[in-house]
Amino acid sequence: MDKVQKISSENGVVIFSKSTCCLSYAVHILFQELGVIPYVHEIDRDPEGKEIEKALSRMGFNGPVPAVFISGTLIGSTNEVMSLHLSGSLIPLLQPYRPLN
Amino acid sequence: MNSASTQFIPTRRMGLYEPTSQMGMWNDYRENNFMDIPPPVILDVNSRFDNQSEDTSHGTVGPSNKYDQEASKPVDKVLRRLAQNREAARKCRQRKKAYVQQLENSKLRLMQLEQELERVRQQGLYIGGGLDTGQLGYCGTTNPGIAAFEMAYGQWVEQQNKKNADLRDALYSDIRDVELSSFVEDGMKHYFDLFAMKETAARADVFYLMSGMWRTSAEHFLSWIGGFRPSELLKVLMPHLEPLAEQQRLELSNLRQSCQQAEDALSQGLEKLHQFLSDTVAAGQLGEGPYLPQIRAAMDKLDDMVRFVGQADHLRKETLMQISRNLTPRQAARGLLALGEYFQRLRDLSSLWASSRRESA
Repeated sequence: MDKVQKISSENGVVIFSKSTCCLSYAVHILFQELGVIPYVHEIDRDPEGKEIEKALSRMGFNGPVPAVFISGTLIGSTNEVMSLHLSGSLIPLLQPYRPLN
Repeated sequence: MNSASTQFIPTRRMGLYEPTSQMGMWNDYRENNFMDIPPPVILDVNSRFDNQSEDTSHGTVGPSNKYDQEASKPVDKVLRRLAQNREAARKCRQRKKAYVQQLENSKLRLMQLEQELERVRQQGLYIGGGLDTGQLGYCGTTNPGIAAFEMAYGQWVEQQNKKNADLRDALYSDIRDVELSSFVEDGMKHYFDLFAMKETAARADVFYLMSGMWRTSAEHFLSWIGGFRPSELLKVLMPHLEPLAEQQRLELSNLRQSCQQAEDALSQGLEKLHQFLSDTVAAGQLGEGPYLPQIRAAMDKLDDMVRFVGQADHLRKETLMQISRNLTPRQAARGLLALGEYFQRLRDLSSLWASSRRESA
């Protein structure tokens, strides 16, 4: 859907989350720790939230939030982010967006 | 109970009684009706004295009262003495019988208690995950999911100990690397099985899982979100993986840092959940009116709790996988063995803690 594509292409690191979701918050904290400031879009505070959820599921994302995009690509949820980080593959993906390196 | 039985010496010779019990016998005798004593018909007085057999009533029975009448006075005393001996012997036999009966009952009771103790220990094994029977209390049987988990976890620990022993044997034997690899695969899979069990249990009762009641006290003390802390695990393992190539050392160091960052993020997320729950429950007017909306809102957080435990286990699984990817089969086997023994030591420590608590109590 346009909105998801729009947001994910306009921002390097995007987290679609809910204001009450503490796992989304955890991912947010992790990115901050790695020197990245992600764009957080809370779908429960968006009137078009339902549409966004549908769009995400059309892209193959079925889980609960967070849904993470890096460089316009859907990475996945917390599991995927953590796996990438432990294998050392997350930081290279975030490299363009780490101002202080 | 009179003193005789508490000082019972296993002998048939009544004469070996201590003086005090003899006193008791004399006292008993006074209360007796003289008529109860079997008729005194003893002839061989001297040998009767010498032969201090318990069963004096089996003595030679002869007819002659005439003999008695001739030397009546001393014989009277002797006869009375013999009768008293018989009476004492009879009483002794009675007391012995009663004592033996009591012993039999005690033995039975002891057997019952031992069975009961074994049964409780089995439950303690499942509940505490070890021999720490000081951990009682959680009535897991009210929740079938938890009861099932406790049973399964108890078995898991037993299997774990066995796998560790087998791994140790394999490492010290002349085994090829490819066979060692399969041991490592099997060992890792066993840990992954545990994580799957925990996921199911978390859906049944996440708070039970978080409480650590299913683990031993030492394991729980060192735990993080319902299990071991991955970065700490790496720290424990590193020395046992030596010698390491420089590249390996670097990768493991990076892995440890990544773990710490991930753990940090999850811990802060959990802290946020903690705050959120508190705020949600406290929202609105405390002390007035219905609070159902607050309770309902808080209920939603239950799913988040389950997800956090799942994330922590996912982190553990990923860490284990990453470690093994960086190591040779032999290094990985050593690491797995060290891991298993580390947890076994913690379980043993918990048992000792528990028994020392009991002893000092």
